[in-house]
Amino acid sequence: MATHTTKSHPFHMVDPSPWPIVATIAAFTIATGGIWFMHGGPPWILIAGFAVLIVSFFGWWRDVVNEAQSGHNHTSVVQHGLRVGVLLFIASEVMFFFAFFWAYFNASVPLINSAAHTTWPPEGITPFHAWGLPFLNTLILLTSGATVTVAHHAVRLNDREKMVFWIGATAVLGFLFLGLQAFEYHHAAFGLTGGIYPSTFFLATGFHGFHVFVGAAFLTVCFFRARAGHFTPNQHVGFEAAAWYWHFVDVVWLFLFVCIYWWGSAGYHGPAGH
Amino acid sequence: MAYATTAGHGEHDDHHPTGWRRWIYSTNHKDIGTMYIILSLVAALIGGVMSWMIRLELAEPGIQFFDNTQFYNVLVTAHGFLMVFFVVMPAMIGGFGNWFVPLMIGAPDMAFPRMNNISFWLTAAGLTLLVSSAFVGEGPGTGWTVYPPLSSIAYHPGAAVDFGILALHLAGAGSILGAINLIVTVFNMRAPGMTLHRMPLFVWAILVTAFLLLLALPVLAGALTMLLTDRNFGTSFYAVSGGGDPLLWQHLFWFFGHPEVYIIILPAFGIISQIISTFSKKPVFGYLGMAYAMCAIGFVGFIVWAHHMYTSGIGTNARAYFTVATMIIAVPTGIKIFSWLATMWGGSIDFKAPMMFALGFLWLFVIGGVTGVVLANAGIDFVMHDTYYVVAHFHYVMAIAAIFAMFGAYYYWIGKMSGRQYSERLAQIQFWIFFIGVNVLFFPQHFLGLGGMPRRIPDYPDAFAGWNMVSSVGAAITMVGTLMFYYIIWHTFRYGKTAEANPWGEGATTLEWTVPSPAPFHTHEELPVIGAGDHGHGPLHGGVQPAE
Repeated sequence: MATHTTKSHPFHMVDPSPWPIVATIAAFTIATGGIWFMHGGPPWILIAGFAVLIVSFFGWWRDVVNEAQSGHNHTSVVQHGLRVGVLLFIASEVMFFFAFFWAYFNASVPLINSAAHTTWPPEGITPFHAWGLPFLNTLILLTSGATVTVAHHAVRLNDREKMVFWIGATAVLGFLFLGLQAFEYHHAAFGLTGGIYPSTFFLATGFHGFHVFVGAAFLTVCFFRARAGHFTPNQHVGFEAAAWYWHFVDVVWLFLFVCIYWWGSAGYHGPAGH
Repeated sequence: MAYATTAGHGEHDDHHPTGWRRWIYSTNHKDIGTMYIILSLVAALIGGVMSWMIRLELAEPGIQFFDNTQFYNVLVTAHGFLMVFFVVMPAMIGGFGNWFVPLMIGAPDMAFPRMNNISFWLTAAGLTLLVSSAFVGEGPGTGWTVYPPLSSIAYHPGAAVDFGILALHLAGAGSILGAINLIVTVFNMRAPGMTLHRMPLFVWAILVTAFLLLLALPVLAGALTMLLTDRNFGTSFYAVSGGGDPLLWQHLFWFFGHPEVYIIILPAFGIISQIISTFSKKPVFGYLGMAYAMCAIGFVGFIVWAHHMYTSGIGTNARAYFTVATMIIAVPTGIKIFSWLATMWGGSIDFKAPMMFALGFLWLFVIGGVTGVVLANAGIDFVMHDTYYVVAHFHYVMAIAAIFAMFGAYYYWIGKMSGRQYSERLAQIQFWIFFIGVNVLFFPQHFLGLGGMPRRIPDYPDAFAGWNMVSSVGAAITMVGTLMFYYIIWHTFRYGKTAEANPWGEGATTLEWTVPSPAPFHTHEELPVIGAGDHGHGPLHGGVQPAE
């Protein structure tokens, strides 16, 4: 590769790449395999699609990391563009959750929908006690928001040992949250097919849980990149993206906790008929 | 000029891939834009043939061809999806947006060239799934609005609706990524001096469109996901039996769906502004008003969704609010119409094919806009809802208006894209055939709707026979105009004269006309500098020039 002295602009002209088409083939396989599976077929095509998707993620982002490490592709202007891109992506994610919150309030608030349930949770639903496990999970996520900020300070001070530790701690807290959520799901007093309450509960908290998984995986990648010395005080877009994503996941959880776990269980007065 | 010569050394900037990898692995905004346009041309043929089949069925009362009326429903559904998601959006945003946003703001490419590629391929995968859905089981006969309970597992037990859902998921993901790409490109990659208030109006239009995509499509994704789990995993979001609410779908769908119609028409606004300014040889009248009118339309587009649901049982207060809010849209829209007229006023107008299509756009859009104000009234809509009046309205205001903008854009920019100029005589003939065709096709549908003819039904009482026959004759004329367009594309590439860098003369002042035709593989590698007083529409002389 020749020098880059002839380039007179600060932008990154990316080489042709096989990963977009590979990832699309994976997505197409997941879609068709998923449909087949939902209509009684075997799961193998779906699983194969996910496998190819993971391979393409790995290949694509390995390329991005290599480009970032090359030293001249990710100029400060390119870094700025990447940050704006991450913020826009998070904005679209907010609107995705907006749909599930809409479904939830549409079912539970008669003030905005005359067909909503007048008692919430609906008859026959025993909700979780908000100040038990859900509150513990709230504390875990809030703590992880603090630890990722400590890590950010360490990145800016170029303190590698400290940043590795605190990024790792944040990821561990994320996975701990997921473990507790799995435990909670396992002990739910209602099943997915039990009507509108479980529908909104499992889809909203489930998609949040999936986003926690994505964020924790992202932080895990950052953990290894931090150990490899990829993050400098002037260039750490990957970590910043993970941190912003993590804060987004955290804020969504606060809304879930307040609206679904806390307010959503306030109307519960013991088992029906007692 | 610097553009043609700077490529050739340096690092991977100038890497000019060849063979199939150039296209499949592309990270070039022009190649990806071209692929988007080809995809749109293919989808337009499929969707066009479907509409042709619909009009053949409706030419006379009684059932002509579709003994299986579900198949008629499937055609109506697929026609709508194809035209909205796989013809207009790929051509306007993916095609012309990709090609000309970087060229017009003086950027060497898009912000995320590799993500640009996956946006296209996801759209292609979505198209494949959508076309497949028509051939799976009973097909999706739900209309493009996919309302439950018709779309529920009880009434569409096969996999067809699931194919449709996942087609929209894939295409939607591609569009969201494309929207992020376009916004970052506009915010981060403008050439020195190209301030937001100097950007060409096409770039403004694409910017506002991209924000609508970014914020509206995820809501559709959520709604579709809930429909998918209702159908396949036993949830009850839209099922009354489980305490759910079918109206929830309508709210979520139209919260996306109304911004969606602006996603379709805003890029057309941008194209029309460029064309009218170029061929009137005047800067656009009220440039800032035009830009912020689009912002206003985009914003208000998010708070009027339930005017699609007046007959769904929403409350009286809600209907009053949505009537008023909807009518407010006429204000910024009026700003645009009158500014276009004022741009032409006193101009030295050159009636080349792009200008003819821009004028055709104005005619169609004003008619469709006026019937839109009629339908905005909840009281009137109560009677007109689900009649052919609505079909006439939205085909005028967004469907054929958008198609006219796309034809105009093709004739306006094909010289820049291909290096060959279209045949002016053929294009003029195609304009008149198409213009007469669509008006004969859709204008009588107002009368049919006022007479009470319901939409989405393959049969109708004899009383509606006359205007239906006229409408179908219009469809035949339109089909001739459509096929002629494909012929003109072939003719352009086969016999087209070599295009100059700027074939339009002094009226064409935006940056894409400063690079050679066809535009080289890489452009603006030396960033141009935009002078003060030039807002992408001002006189070029001295204003826009390549940097040292």
